Amino acid sequence: MMEFLLIPWVQAVLKIVVFVLMFVMMLGTVLTLMERKWMSAVQDRIGPNRANLGNFRGHGLLHLAADGLKSIFKEDTIPEGADRLLFTIAPFFAFVSVIVIWAVIPFAGPIGDFKFQIADINTGLLFIFAITSLGVYGAVLGGWSSNSKYALLGAARATSQMLSYEVFLGLSLIGIFMVYGSLQVGTIVEQQNTYWFGDLIPKWGIFTQPVAFVIFFTAMLAETKRLPFDAPEGESEIIAGYFLEYSGMRYAAFMLAEYIAIVGLAALTTTLFLGGYHVPWLHADGFHFLGGHLPLSPWLVAVLQLGSFVTKVIFFCWLTIMIRWTVPRFRFDQIMDLGWKRMLPICLGNIVVTAIVLLIYDWSTAAG
Amino acid sequence: MIAEQYLPVLMLIGLALGLGGMFTLLAIMLGPKRPTDVKRMPFESGMPTEGSGFRRYHVRFYLVAMIFLIFDVEVIFLYPWAVQFRNLGLFGFGELMVFLAVLVLGLVYAWKKGALEWE
Repeated sequence: MMEFLLIPWVQAVLKIVVFVLMFVMMLGTVLTLMERKWMSAVQDRIGPNRANLGNFRGHGLLHLAADGLKSIFKEDTIPEGADRLLFTIAPFFAFVSVIVIWAVIPFAGPIGDFKFQIADINTGLLFIFAITSLGVYGAVLGGWSSNSKYALLGAARATSQMLSYEVFLGLSLIGIFMVYGSLQVGTIVEQQNTYWFGDLIPKWGIFTQPVAFVIFFTAMLAETKRLPFDAPEGESEIIAGYFLEYSGMRYAAFMLAEYIAIVGLAALTTTLFLGGYHVPWLHADGFHFLGGHLPLSPWLVAVLQLGSFVTKVIFFCWLTIMIRWTVPRFRFDQIMDLGWKRMLPICLGNIVVTAIVLLIYDWSTAAG
Repeated sequence: MIAEQYLPVLMLIGLALGLGGMFTLLAIMLGPKRPTDVKRMPFESGMPTEGSGFRRYHVRFYLVAMIFLIFDVEVIFLYPWAVQFRNLGLFGFGELMVFLAVLVLGLVYAWKKGALEWE
């Protein structure tokens, strides 16, 4: 009776429902509230807490429902002279670019044949970055079609910023590909559970490629247009940038896509640099540490790994929010300077240094 | 075999498009529709809109797009090399040096020409 669960596409649908709809979308939605709550904590305020059902306020949790309902029943306006077709399809691009990343993110180690990953495609990150670059279209079409000067300016800024930082994103990952020898996310994560000095220090990306980690995280912040890189949306100068003219549910679509992008940023950083779902020293058959071995059942291991993945993702979500309320916004020329004049040379240098170190390391381990 | 691998990715794209469609439909069907001339004006900080929003913008953005094209294609060329690096050894390292030298030359040229300057 349960045999239909073994059909690949049924599994894929189930994984999409559980991982993407129930985890990613939920976390993205909760982040909208978490951000405001944390902002008020930073600014010594209480934050949103007024939405209520009778006497139940739930520390502002009901604002999630209130915000959603409110934007459904807000008027949906399209400005005069706008290109209605492009105006309509822009939010679609925003969604596609942030959701497809989740195809390759593993949530826990495999149990038997079952993978906690929607699709372990062999072109892996190359394919994923190809799709996520579509996010630029969401910004440029939304801004261009609005017939508004602020939106056009926001779109121009968003495009050049996202395009520029895509280069550094790609370049910073080359070191990771060199170390782990694969584009496939599953392989990269597995490789991060090998250890230096017997079984002391895990070969996490953050230890093998510390420079790449800093550059990748910064470039991801710029890709998702988070502060300090939010010149395309700077609300005090160009109001909301490229989605200025959007209202109601279409505006909510852009906002939700942006918060899902933050979860995606956190998950990608976790997967590539913090060992993905791995708990240090935890292997498929239990803990191995300094010669000792604590056997655990595969399901317990999977639960621990799932917990570790979710914890790391939430940590990075928190970090992006904390950065937003710590660092002031860069000017646009500073953003471009930081990218092309600082990060690009550092990226290229990182590749050369990684190559030399790897050559020496492989040569010394081969020699003996 | 390959197609099967990509099926879930297609499903995800479908999900994303469906979400976009759902949000757009909700906006069109449930939102009130009471347009007035003032409401339909593109926002310009409360002042009456002047001229069209489709206007020229600075040529710098075009320059960024050109530099992006050059460097992003280079990145793609480096990917297969990076994956195979540990099997290629010293030969691969030499090739990288030549490739990067050309790339850096391009960067230096663009830098000196002022293509990276803002203001």
